[in-house]
Amino acid sequence: MSAAIELAGLRKSFGPTEIIRGVDLEIYKGERHAIIGPNGAGKSTLFHLISGRYKLSGGSVSLHGEEISNLPPYEIYRKGLSRSFQVTNIFPNMSVFENVRCGLMWAQGYKYSFWHLVDRETELNQKTVRVIEEIGLSARQHIPAGVLTYAEQRALEIGIAAAGGADVIMLDEPTAGMSHSETDQAMTLIRKITEGKTLVMVEHDMGVVFDLADRISVLVYGEIIATDTPENIRNNKAVQEAYLGVEAEE
Amino acid sequence: MSETTKTASATVQASSLKRFGPWIGFLILLMIMPFIFTSNSAIFTMNLMGIFIIFSLSYNMLLGQGGMLSFGHAVYFGLGGFMSVHFMNYVEDGSFVFPIWLLPIFGGLIGLIFAIIIGSFSTRRSGTVFAMISLGVGELMAASSLIFVAFFGGEEGVSGDRTMGPESFGADFGPDKEVYYLIAAWVFVTVVLMYLFSRTPAGRLANAVRDNPERAEFIGYSQRKVRFVSFCASGLFAGIAGGLFAVNFEIVTEENLNALTSGVVLLMAYIGGIGFFIGPIVGAIVFTLLQSILSHYTDIWQMYVGVMFVLTVMFVPQGLTGIMMMHTAAYRMNRLGGLVVPYVRMGIPSLCMVAGIAGFLEMMHHVRGAAVGESTMSLLGIGFDTHSVMPWVIVAVLGIAGGYVMRSQAGQLKDAWDTANDPNTWQEEASS
Amino acid sequence: MFELVFFSLLNGIVTGLLLFMLASGLTLIFSMMGVLNFAHASFYMLGAYFAYTISLYLGFWVGLIVAPVIVGLLGALVERYGLRYVHRWGHVAELIFTFGLAFLIEEIVQFIWGKSTMAYHEPEILQFPLFTIYGQNFPAYKAFMLMISISIFIMLLLILTRSRIGLIIQAAIHKPNMTAMLGHNVPLVFMGVFGVGCALAGLAGVIAGPALGTFPGMAVVLGAIVFVIVVVGGLGSLTGAFVASLIIGLMQTFAISLDYSVNDLLSVLNISYDAEGAFRDLWSLSLPQVAPILPYLLLVLILIFRPTGLFGNRET
Repeated sequence: MSAAIELAGLRKSFGPTEIIRGVDLEIYKGERHAIIGPNGAGKSTLFHLISGRYKLSGGSVSLHGEEISNLPPYEIYRKGLSRSFQVTNIFPNMSVFENVRCGLMWAQGYKYSFWHLVDRETELNQKTVRVIEEIGLSARQHIPAGVLTYAEQRALEIGIAAAGGADVIMLDEPTAGMSHSETDQAMTLIRKITEGKTLVMVEHDMGVVFDLADRISVLVYGEIIATDTPENIRNNKAVQEAYLGVEAEE
Repeated sequence: MSETTKTASATVQASSLKRFGPWIGFLILLMIMPFIFTSNSAIFTMNLMGIFIIFSLSYNMLLGQGGMLSFGHAVYFGLGGFMSVHFMNYVEDGSFVFPIWLLPIFGGLIGLIFAIIIGSFSTRRSGTVFAMISLGVGELMAASSLIFVAFFGGEEGVSGDRTMGPESFGADFGPDKEVYYLIAAWVFVTVVLMYLFSRTPAGRLANAVRDNPERAEFIGYSQRKVRFVSFCASGLFAGIAGGLFAVNFEIVTEENLNALTSGVVLLMAYIGGIGFFIGPIVGAIVFTLLQSILSHYTDIWQMYVGVMFVLTVMFVPQGLTGIMMMHTAAYRMNRLGGLVVPYVRMGIPSLCMVAGIAGFLEMMHHVRGAAVGESTMSLLGIGFDTHSVMPWVIVAVLGIAGGYVMRSQAGQLKDAWDTANDPNTWQEEASS
Repeated sequence: MFELVFFSLLNGIVTGLLLFMLASGLTLIFSMMGVLNFAHASFYMLGAYFAYTISLYLGFWVGLIVAPVIVGLLGALVERYGLRYVHRWGHVAELIFTFGLAFLIEEIVQFIWGKSTMAYHEPEILQFPLFTIYGQNFPAYKAFMLMISISIFIMLLLILTRSRIGLIIQAAIHKPNMTAMLGHNVPLVFMGVFGVGCALAGLAGVIAGPALGTFPGMAVVLGAIVFVIVVVGGLGSLTGAFVASLIIGLMQTFAISLDYSVNDLLSVLNISYDAEGAFRDLWSLSLPQVAPILPYLLLVLILIFRPTGLFGNRET
C-alpha cells in the first residue's frame, strides 16, 4: 500500500509551547484513519498543519509523495486534499445550493472564470444537486445556510468538503454535538461520501471511531503513541493508560 | 435522473419569459422615460441618475458582493472622466477620429488599469485594512490631482465639447435628450454585464469570500485573487460611469475623484441596500431625486441626506430594497392588503412629525441666514413671518403631536405585520 | 539654515503633539472596541466650535475647560445610543456609521454656525511673541499648545500605567471577554473610553481652533491625517501613534519650509528636460507642493510593506 499522506518529524510551537512534538505518520491510500486523543492533545492543530492553515515549525508533510509543507490551503486543496472544520465553517448568507456549488467550482475547472454563467453549466448544477441529495438537504437547498439547524449545517460542512471529489478527505469531529440518531445519519453519510477515498478524521465518539476506522492513531500531548487496527488499539496497554482507560470507566 | 434533480434543473433553466422579461421591461422603460418626463430638468436628472446607477452598481461589486468597504471608489470614476474628456479633446482637435458615444470605453480602460495596479496590493486584505488603503489611495489621488495640472487641469478641471465628434446614428449629441439615449444604452449594457458577472464563477466566489474568506481557501480559491478579479471589474465599470459623466457634463474636476464623491457612492449603495443586486440602482435613483428635488426647495438638503443615511445605517441596514423585500412573504400569501390601513395609520403621524421637524429646521435656518429686518419666508408656497409666534407653534404641535401619535400606532402596525407574516397560517393555506 | 531647522522642528513638534491628542483617543477606542472612529476629527471640530461660542460669553479659559467636557459627554452618548446599537450589524456597519456621523456633524455645524470661518482667537494674555531668534517670532500661544499637549501626554501615560482604571483598560484592550468575566463592567468602560477619547479630541480642537482656524472643513483636513497616523503607527499601539504623530508633524513642517524641487535635483545632476511636455508638472514639483500628499504616500507604502504598521502587532 502506498501512502496518501506522510508526516515526517512534524512540529508546531506557539511561542514557547510546543503543541506538536515530532509526529511521524503514514496514512495509506484508501483507508479510513481516525486520530483520537485526549483534549488538548493537538488533534485539530495537526489537521491545521496538514491542510495548510498553520505554518509548520519543523518537519514535512507529503501528499501522494509530493511535499506540500507550508503551501497555502488552496494549493493543497488543488492537489487533492479537502477538509471540514470542527467549528462549523460555511458561507452563511448563501443558499445551501450555492454553498455546495462553490465547493465544486474549482474541481470542475472553472478557476476564476468570469465568462461562464454558472446557471447554464448543466453538469455543474447536476453535480451540485447530487451532492445535496447525498447530504440529505434537497428540501432545504434554497434556504440560506446560516439558518439551517446545527445538524444540517454539519452535514453541509461535510458536503462542501467532499463536493469537489478530492481523494483525501479530512473531517474534524464530524459528529461533535450531535444526538444519537443524528450521529448515525452522519456516519452513513461519511461512509457513502468517502467510498473509495482516503479518510482522515478526528473524532471523540469512540463508537464512531471503532465502527468506521480501518486504523487508529492515538495522539497524546503532541506525540503519536500508537497507530494500529481498532482491535489492537483497544488492547494496547499504553493507550488504555493514557486515554481509553478513562473512557472505559464512563 | 431523480425527481429532485429534474425540478432543480427546471428551476435553473427557468422559462425564457421569466428570464428575459425583467430585462425587456427595463429596456422599454429606459426608452420611454424621456416621453414621460419631458422637461429639460427631468432629462438632466435622468442623465445623472443613469451615471450614478452604473457607478453605485460598480461600487456594490466591492461592498455588497465582495465584502470590501472602499472609501476611495471615486478614484476610478474620476480617472475615467479625465481620460474620456482628454480623448474628447483629441477628437475635437482632429488628432483622432472616434465616435463620441464610444468614449466611455477609454474611461473604463483607465479605470481597469488603475484597478489592476492598486488592487494588486490593496486586495491582499479585506476589512479595516482594505478600507484604510482605499482611503489613503483616494486622498493620494485627490491631492495629486491638484499638483499635476497638465492632466487634471488644477482647480478648474478639464473641459471639452462632445458635439465635435463624427455624427453617429444621425445625432451629434448636442441636446441633452440625445445624450440621454447614449447614457441609457450604456446603462442597459453595463447593468446586464454587471448582473451577468455576479452569475459567473468569479462573481459567486466573491460572495463566498465575502461570507467566509478562510473557508474559500479550503475549496481551492485564493481569497486575494477572488477579490482582485472583482476589484478590477469594479474599476472598469466605475471608469465607464466616469466617462459618461465627462460626456454628459463636458467638464471633469478634482471633485469627481475626491473623498466627497467616494462618500456619495457609498451612501447611494447603502441607502438602496447592498445586499441586493438592484439595491444600488434604487439608491442611485432615490439619491439623485433627493438631490435634485430637495436642493430645489432647501439649502440644507445635505443635512437631511446625512440624517437619512445615519438612520438607515442604524435601523435599516438592509436598505430600501431590503424593506421592499421584507414584504415578499406577505405578498406571496396575498396579504399585503391587510397592511395598507396600518401603514396609513402609522404614516400620517410620521409625516406630520417629519414635516414639523423639517419646518422647524427650515425656519431656524431662515432666521439665521436672513438679512436684518427681513422676516418673511415661504414653505411649500405658504408665506409667513418668522418673527411671529404662530408658525413656531404650528411646527412644534406638528412635530410633538405627530411623534406622540406615531408611537401610539406602533403597536397596531406590529400586530398587523405579525399576522400578515405568520408562517403557520401560511403553511395551512399553502397545503390546502 | 539653523533658524529654519530650529523653527521647523519646534512647529513640527507642536503639530505632532496636537495630532497625538487626536490619535491617542482614536487608538484607545480602536484597540478596545475594534472600531476605527471616522467621526473622531468631527469631535475635534465640535470642540473648537463649542469653545468659540462659550468664549463669546464667558471667555477663552472657561471654554478651554467646559467645551471638552461637553464633547466628551456627546461622545459617550454617541457610543451608548449609536455605536452600541449598530454593533449588532457588524464591524463594517460600525465603520459606515461613524462615516455617516462625520458627514452629518459637518452638516450640523454648517447649519448652526454657517459656512464661514469663526473669529475664534487666542486670549489676549497669550498674544505676544515668547522669544525672537534671527528676527523670527515664536508666539506664546504655540508654547501654550505645546504645554497642554505635553501635560495631556504625561497624564495619559500615568493613568494608563499607574491607576487601577488604566489597568482595567489595558486588560480590556487585550482580552475584552476575560475582563468582563472578572466582574468589570466592560460596556461602561467602553463608554467611558469613547467619551474620554472624544473629550481629548475636543480639547485638541479648543486649542487648535485659534491657531489653525475654526471652519466647517477643519475636521476633514485633519481627520484623514489622524487616520494615517494610527495606521502608520500600527493599529492599537499608543507608542506607534506617538511616534507616527511626531513623524507626520515634522514631515509636514519640514516639507513646507524646505523649498526644493525636482528641477533643482535635475540641474544638480545636469539633466535637461522638456518644459512643455506632458510631464512638465513632474519636473517642476517642489517639496511644499507635495507636502499634502506625503502622509498618504507614507500610508500606502507602510500598508504595502509593513501592514502591521511601525509598532503594531495586528493587521485588522
